[in-house]
Amino acid sequence: MNNTSIMIVGVGGQGTLLASRLLGAALLSQGYDVKVSEVHGMSQRGGSVVTYVKYGQAVASPIIDRGEADIILAFEQLEAARWLPYLKPGGKLIANTQTIDPMPVITGAAAYPDGIFPALRAAGADLRELDALSLALQAGSARAVNVVLLGALARQLEIPRGVWETAVQTTVKPQFAEMNLRAFARGYEA
Amino acid sequence: MKKELFLGNEAVARGFWEAGCRFVSSYPGTPSTEITEYAAEYAEMDCEWAPNEKVALEAAYGAAVAGARSFCGMKHVGLNVAADPLFTASYTGINAGLVVAVADDPGMHSSQNEQDSRHYARASKTLMLEPADSAECRDFAAAAFALSEAFDTPVLLRMSTRVSHSRSLTETGSRAEIPLRPYEKNPGKYVMMPAMAQKRHVLVEERILRQRAWAETCAFNRAEYHDKSIGVICAGINYQYAREALGERASYLKLGCVYPLPERLIRDFCAACGAVYVAEDLDDCIEQHCKSLGLEVHGKDVFPRVGEFSQSILRRAILGEELPAGALDLAVPARPPVLCPGCPHRGLFYVLKKRKIFVSGDIGCYTLGALAPLESMDTCVCMGASISGLHGHNKADPENAARSVAVIGDSTFMHSGVTGLINIAYNRSNSVVIILDNSITGMTGHQQNPTTGITLKGDPTAAVSLEKVCEAVGIRRVFVVDPYDLSATEEALTQALAAAEPAVIISRRPCALLKYVKPKPSLRVDPEKCTGCRACMRIGCPAISMKNKYAAVDPTQCVGCGVCVQLCRFGAVT
Repeated sequence: MNNTSIMIVGVGGQGTLLASRLLGAALLSQGYDVKVSEVHGMSQRGGSVVTYVKYGQAVASPIIDRGEADIILAFEQLEAARWLPYLKPGGKLIANTQTIDPMPVITGAAAYPDGIFPALRAAGADLRELDALSLALQAGSARAVNVVLLGALARQLEIPRGVWETAVQTTVKPQFAEMNLRAFARGYEA
Repeated sequence: MKKELFLGNEAVARGFWEAGCRFVSSYPGTPSTEITEYAAEYAEMDCEWAPNEKVALEAAYGAAVAGARSFCGMKHVGLNVAADPLFTASYTGINAGLVVAVADDPGMHSSQNEQDSRHYARASKTLMLEPADSAECRDFAAAAFALSEAFDTPVLLRMSTRVSHSRSLTETGSRAEIPLRPYEKNPGKYVMMPAMAQKRHVLVEERILRQRAWAETCAFNRAEYHDKSIGVICAGINYQYAREALGERASYLKLGCVYPLPERLIRDFCAACGAVYVAEDLDDCIEQHCKSLGLEVHGKDVFPRVGEFSQSILRRAILGEELPAGALDLAVPARPPVLCPGCPHRGLFYVLKKRKIFVSGDIGCYTLGALAPLESMDTCVCMGASISGLHGHNKADPENAARSVAVIGDSTFMHSGVTGLINIAYNRSNSVVIILDNSITGMTGHQQNPTTGITLKGDPTAAVSLEKVCEAVGIRRVFVVDPYDLSATEEALTQALAAAEPAVIISRRPCALLKYVKPKPSLRVDPEKCTGCRACMRIGCPAISMKNKYAAVDPTQCVGCGVCVQLCRFGAVT
């Protein structure tokens, strides 16, 4: 019963929920037992958000705890740092280079730390960084950051590329399908 | 049977739709909201948002008495509001099935307290089921109607954040069309005045005994034996945590019915296992039941009383094991939730802070006005308490009236604010109430309410006029302002506080996240004019930050609301 645990972390409003739903749909089509745990309500308002996706033969708990994640997909640098303790030793960390100041930094009560990526590497994470915002803009919209990052995650999983593309096509609105497929490709090939 | 990924709340809606439910009345509240939103997608069910949970439960009860299987959903604190009808509906029983879902929030992801709804089941002598995943959400919701009718009782369905908001695999079935059960006049059953209620109470006590006997053998409770050196008694999400932490190193008594609790089943399980642990977050309801039976079990001696559980907590408490995890040599600032860019509440709270006003707060997005840098809230207790609490404060300290306000959202005002306002007018406190009318129920994710003129099903309907309600209850001074206009907002506040009589300010501007609210082009900072004075930072807008000592606007976040423009003395933001 070797289940795989993936965390998608970011800032409320970045579209982590859509990414987790697409991931869930792709995994389901491969015949896995899947559980996806989401955050709704107050935490969505620009706060730190986390979604857990677990799959395998049979999944019990829908949440992922410290030291349990095989992969963390981080939509923002500070969130990558916040959730690092949830990564298994040697686990993969895919991180967007984007930074979004949290309110304590905006008010001057705290400083946005320098050198997050070197610190993550020093802590033992197998880090892969990408500038998802630029790739999303190249694909046609800053809002497609989530699908770019999903593409980067998809590359790390043993699911055929076509399965993901079908999941993207059937989940997003038809008028945005082409742009999202471009965004997915940018992330997948990054 | 093909399985699909269902959100727990979605599966509940599916379950009661399949069971032939016809009527749904609820009030939104995280983590329960999506049950009713998904329910509204089924054409066969008449689904409504009620003004509050008490009205919702009374409406669902009325429909059940009329003979329609009916449902009502709410969050844990909502059941405090709906407790009045629940306790007496337990006496009258129902006609067609009545199911009440109540969603607890261990860990308080989006709540003001961490109360345990199981106490309500015991206190109201009402059967309570608790599912552990989406498949059980569907099955239990459907079965709850049959149980409700078999025992002539409302049935409580206890949800929790992780069950409500997790997706897992669920089978689906077709809908059973169940005709209306004929209503027959029966005052002895349905009119609860002392002579009748005294007789009904006897039946309620007999019903609990029958339910207790049923709980011994019902399909909702099951023992799973693996290694018997450790036994775990658990329900709901804690069963999943236990299975994750212990696998087949332990045996499980998984309780799907959490009230009333069985006796023999628990005795047999404890006798078969070595050390027995009762793994329940929040209160020790099952543990105390075991101890009342004279059984030796571990519970709150090893598990926390505060916060939600996880597999790690169980692993540590039962096995003494800890997983290795990476540590980071870096200070990571917190990222609390914030008012969104363009939020209409921001300008109002800025004015309240500037004027050093005592703010009696309430439940909604605007509770975030309590956080830095706005820090414009003194109290927040429960829905409606901003207004009634301010009245009491001003009665005790009349001088406070000239420098204090209550703030309450449009939906919360409908929920239980209007009665507080009536109290202010009737009992004559010189209080100022600000209704933050953003034309939607915001915090729970954009639900319609009686002020919006649209029903849950999306149909146009009568819209409550806040101005007319205020006037009708006896408030003579009602101001309407646009909170994007800081000087007009401050002027209205000055006038409202100056007079020796109560006043209402309606701060009106639709939520910036509403689909029909089109963002304006992003503002930008002229680096030639910006002096780095940080005046624009005082409103706590997530779209503005300091970059190299000067203000910068993030064009991906800014919606051009213009509140920051009014703070810049140098004309640097345009």
